[in-house]
Amino acid sequence: MALLELTDVTRSVRLPDDSMLHILTGVTLSVDAGEHVSVVGRSGTGKSTLLNILGLLDAPTSGEYALDGTPIGRLSGRARARRRGDDFGFVFQQFNLLPGRTALENVAAPLLYARGRAFWSRSRLAAEMLDRVGLGARLDAMPEKLSGGEQQRVAIARALVRRPRVILADEPTGALDVDTGGEVMSLLDEIASDTGAALIAITHDLAVAARAQRHYRLADGVLVPLTLDSPGHVTEWVGDLPVSRPHGAVTLPSGTPAVAAPPAPQHVRGPA
Amino acid sequence: MTGLVGAVVEAWDELRIHKLRVLLALVGVAVAVCAITGITAAAQMMNQVLREQVERDIGRPTTLVVNAFPLGESGPGTAAQYDAEFARVVERYGIEYASREMFTQLRFRFPTGAQDVQVQVVDPEYGVMRRVQPAQGTWFSESDVDRLAPPLVVNESFLAQLGAVDLSSHPTVVLGGKSPVRATVIGVVEDRFPEEGPTAFLLYDHFSRWATPDPSFGPMIPSLQLWVPPEMADELTEVVRRDLQAALPNSQADVFQQGEGFDVLDGGVQWVITGIGAVALLLGGLGLVNISLVTVRYRIREIGIRRSFGATSGRVFFGVLMESVVATSVAGVVGVIAAVVVIKNIPVESIFGVALDDTPPFPRSAALLGMVCATGVGALAGLIPAIVAVRVKVIDAIRY
Repeated sequence: MALLELTDVTRSVRLPDDSMLHILTGVTLSVDAGEHVSVVGRSGTGKSTLLNILGLLDAPTSGEYALDGTPIGRLSGRARARRRGDDFGFVFQQFNLLPGRTALENVAAPLLYARGRAFWSRSRLAAEMLDRVGLGARLDAMPEKLSGGEQQRVAIARALVRRPRVILADEPTGALDVDTGGEVMSLLDEIASDTGAALIAITHDLAVAARAQRHYRLADGVLVPLTLDSPGHVTEWVGDLPVSRPHGAVTLPSGTPAVAAPPAPQHVRGPA
Repeated sequence: MTGLVGAVVEAWDELRIHKLRVLLALVGVAVAVCAITGITAAAQMMNQVLREQVERDIGRPTTLVVNAFPLGESGPGTAAQYDAEFARVVERYGIEYASREMFTQLRFRFPTGAQDVQVQVVDPEYGVMRRVQPAQGTWFSESDVDRLAPPLVVNESFLAQLGAVDLSSHPTVVLGGKSPVRATVIGVVEDRFPEEGPTAFLLYDHFSRWATPDPSFGPMIPSLQLWVPPEMADELTEVVRRDLQAALPNSQADVFQQGEGFDVLDGGVQWVITGIGAVALLLGGLGLVNISLVTVRYRIREIGIRRSFGATSGRVFFGVLMESVVATSVAGVVGVIAAVVVIKNIPVESIFGVALDDTPPFPRSAALLGMVCATGVGALAGLIPAIVAVRVKVIDAIRY
């Protein structure tokens, strides 16, 4: 059984002029424990909405979302919040550290919603996690005193401190330079692997996406599988499309891929 | 359990981080709590002052005053017969505080010449029953009854008439009559009003021993005052009257309660005072609502982040509410402490002109009222921001 499974999920909102905006259309996705999946797409293609649905922050308009085989639609709001806290860790593009709190307090914050030993030992657990991300010497540092990379490390420590089964990363390197972004992603990969957590990263950075075992592209609300950086090729955005081309080849204009993406696997529905 | 502790920890953290904002918001609440607590406590203090004053003048609440006198020539002929029945009544009902009382004029020989002085004839218990506080010396004790020379408690005017300024010279005075005796002044009370003439207290037993009343006026029968427990007052009023009436044929015996329910500050005044404090508290609470609302809008992103940690809407609601409640509770404690400091340092004697006999402890009810008001205002002030916080859409909040 897949850890999480989206089946034909749509998400629509009604606009002020009473028309419907379809953000996601027929999205089907299955992720197993410990898997690393990336979703690429330009801004406004529904990446964050997909992540919000996966993280139980939003609900699909139609379709089925099952977590451990349990349909999420049958859970109460309270039960969804509990599962969100227990099973998911979020890493945001803008870090979203709590202002006025030290690195330690930020990492301990999710444990305020835990129960039992995790709640009472929250400071120790947070310190251990900060040590794990290389910030053991900066426990009492305020976020504004930390560099961007350090802030994202704190955010990663915070996302992982409750030992989630799924890490949802929304543009985790979006606010970092290339080198720092690479370091942060390496750390995220490493810790996710160590803890056995599934990692779903949403990004427009193809290099970040390429780190995953499986890749998807989200365009106009439709999720399609994607092959990135096959041997001897590099991938870059051409218009709205990630395009793979052989090293040294010239990318064709107007978005025509030099090397076409492979056909979609059976479990993924492509655009109509 | 962890949910509750977590919410309190979260609320405390929020207050700790936003000290200045909290401080500004809570100054009004603390002042209002201080006012409402202080006013309530001061009212109770003033009530105590006035109560003691009244008790000095007319006696403690549930004091029974017993009057008995012969009807015509056929009644008991001597005061001793009445006296004996009074003693039996006191003993029969185990009444702890009882005193005979009689007003008369006795002649004293002052250095300036003999003078008739208003004398109040009482028993030693009278001092406790009427809160008599000698300014110098002491009030009568039981052992004073057995003295050979009668002891006196006099007023300042009496002492001045003796040519003494204090009791260090152990002043004495001759109590005139057919059997003159030298009385010793053992205590001095303040004059009750300016220009008051000499007055004195004399123990009843010494009066019986030394005074020689004019027999043409008939027996001088004292009244009997009984300070009884409130729950027994009504019953004793009736049974004492019945017993005396039966024991003293051809006499009239009357018993009535004195000093019932003389709360000087009546309920209406208390309510007005409490109302003023409540308005002050309401204004403080409105300030808190205002600041809390602004703060919640400022914290929308943070609320979204906390929702991503697994905070339920109930927890968010409770958390924001708790911030307000914890904050106003802290302000309440500060306000109550300030009120205690102020009330404890009020110079009661210089304000009211009398010293308190039983200085009441800071009224717990006032402190409790202050804390309840502070917590209540916190809950009310936190309600609107908490509702706003719950209505925040999580996905919008995270992007805020």
